Amino acid sequence: MQYALEGSQALARTVALCRPQVIAAYPITPQTHIVENLSKLVADGVLDCELVSVESEFSAASVVLGAVAAGARAYTASSSQGILLMCEVLFNIAGLRLPMVMTCANRAVSGPLSIWNDQQDSMAVRDAGWIQLYCTSNQDAVDTTIQAYHISEQTELPVMVCVDGFTLTHTLEVLDIPDQQQVDRYLPPFNFERRLDPASPISIGTLVAPDYFTEARGDHHRAMNNAQQAIVAAAAGWEDVCGRRQNPLICIHDMTDARIGILTLGSIAGTLADARDRYQNVPATRLMALRTFRPFPAEAIRQACAGLTDLVVLERALSPGSGGIVGTEIRAALSEMQNAPRVHNFSVGLGGRDVPLDIYPRIHEAVRAGSGIPFDIIDLEPDKLPAAV
Amino acid sequence: MGDSPDQMNYRHLRHAQPRFSGLESGHRACQGCGEALGARLVTEAAGPDVVYANATGCLEVFTTAWPDSSWRVPWIHSLFENAPAVAAGMEAALKARGKATRVISMGGDGSTFDIGFQALSGMLERGHNVLHVCFDNEAYMNTGVQRSSSTPHAAATTTSPSGKERMGKRHLKKDIVSIVAAHHIPYAATSSVAYPSDIRKKVRRALAIDGPTFLHIHTPCPLGWGHDGALSIEVARLAVQTGLFPIIELERGRLAGSMPIRTVRPVTDYLQLQTRFRHLFADDDRAREELEHLQALADHNIEIYNLRGTQADSRDSEGADTVRRGGMRWA
Repeated sequence: MQYALEGSQALARTVALCRPQVIAAYPITPQTHIVENLSKLVADGVLDCELVSVESEFSAASVVLGAVAAGARAYTASSSQGILLMCEVLFNIAGLRLPMVMTCANRAVSGPLSIWNDQQDSMAVRDAGWIQLYCTSNQDAVDTTIQAYHISEQTELPVMVCVDGFTLTHTLEVLDIPDQQQVDRYLPPFNFERRLDPASPISIGTLVAPDYFTEARGDHHRAMNNAQQAIVAAAAGWEDVCGRRQNPLICIHDMTDARIGILTLGSIAGTLADARDRYQNVPATRLMALRTFRPFPAEAIRQACAGLTDLVVLERALSPGSGGIVGTEIRAALSEMQNAPRVHNFSVGLGGRDVPLDIYPRIHEAVRAGSGIPFDIIDLEPDKLPAAV
Repeated sequence: MGDSPDQMNYRHLRHAQPRFSGLESGHRACQGCGEALGARLVTEAAGPDVVYANATGCLEVFTTAWPDSSWRVPWIHSLFENAPAVAAGMEAALKARGKATRVISMGGDGSTFDIGFQALSGMLERGHNVLHVCFDNEAYMNTGVQRSSSTPHAAATTTSPSGKERMGKRHLKKDIVSIVAAHHIPYAATSSVAYPSDIRKKVRRALAIDGPTFLHIHTPCPLGWGHDGALSIEVARLAVQTGLFPIIELERGRLAGSMPIRTVRPVTDYLQLQTRFRHLFADDDRAREELEHLQALADHNIEIYNLRGTQADSRDSEGADTVRRGGMRWA
């Protein structure tokens, strides 16, 4: 059914439809509205769930870890500093193969302090062993959150649903929220076989010596790679229920004879789609949004880039001293491709800097002038800062 | 007082029953490990319908080297600093699933006093139905005897060594049970592996309470304290009998009980058995000053908790757990 909802409100309602049994969270901008709305749903008796309002993100992640280990479906949400404070627990959750879903309301990481959007937070934990799905719109976030539970419980891997802070979380728009019957049909009750149960005691999280640790890591890596199939199947299954089609790994707008492609993650995809409609005098462009960043769908990316001479990777994070994070991985994936496009890599929209529509013709200008731009930061104005000593 | 033959049979049968133990033998603890003994006693008293969250530390390491595990109870180890938060999550999950299973989180002094203190405080404040057990061996033993905020004043560790400029740890042992009790939780208590039935009694008491509870157990570490493994119980008992480790119970923050000391021993009786205090017995004014300081700390404990026994009592530091000396065994 259609509702005019703020992104966070829609996400809270969606999470409630997934019937979590334990929610633990700690407030941080711009995630707050999600947990506030969930708290209200619990207070109003709409959602029957143990809500644990913890004293830190570290404990939020630890509480959901314990909850899943004891057999409950669990949810948490955070941003920025909260994601980094959780970091140790995030690795542990994934390594223990505990299925759960968290929303990352993407925000820049301090310092300097910024409460505004970029994707440095989720990028910082890309090696934690979580599945990471990036949403381009609030409708995408609603549908992806439901699928995330399906994927997580199928694969016994935790899923982080990345939603741009403010740009999506605080934007009001008309959204289709599925009804409870649809979600129940898609998502059976959680039945975690490895749960802690006095009737058949097991030990979870034991010490593992060098003779087994490599196997544990290797198994995790294999499970992550295999999860691509579960991600594809989850999208197909949800399409059967709700009728909306989503590209599970990489979303491609227009496979025409475009020679230039732009690949990004998250809400910039919407900006670019609008810009393409407005600026009709630039060359035909294939717009791509990488939905699944972990596991990294290298083969799907190569297929998506077939026929391109130039690929622009636009990302809302950077690795200081290296450059683009996603761009570097895309370059590696394309190195095994025949007639691979030249890659131009840009960071954009850092710490909430606006990503205006005219970025689209400016990117085309840069591509026309350059023969492959290793890395650059768009809209960087070094003169604003005091002169370097 | 004589038992009837029937009562004798019942008592005999009860004692012949194999006691439930959540921690099997065969683990890799050192000889004389107080923590291993403490953990076994806790699991025995708690029974089988309990799930455990264990902080990183010796207990986790010596009981579980994959694919082996010494635990006969459902058990999880996550991280060093989050056992009470993991336990809170398990409790929430069990409540949501309609289970009456009890939850115990446990860790050493490093995880309880230092790195996991925030998670502990949060769990207590939110009123989770969780018993947190701290096995206190007064230093980071798993990493090789480094000082923690639980290390006693003047004790030498690898990061608070004695030397020309130092007499061991410069700071006081953190008064964790008072800090915990300040959360006004229903029950907080201390105990010692020298008094197994005191531990059993307090575990059962804590688990019978609906709400957060705390049990602080003094557990000697022969390796870290520098005493013979055969002396662990002796050393633990002397900590109580000198007044350095008071055995107390606090309800809603108020003192509700204590174990009287029948014969108060000088702190040197306790200190001289351990090489971590060896530097205090040097012919040195600073050493004498520190000994006086430690004696003053013990005297202070005896005074504030009114620990000096007035007469022989089957529940006092001599009587408790010593049936052959006419003491009382509660369980």
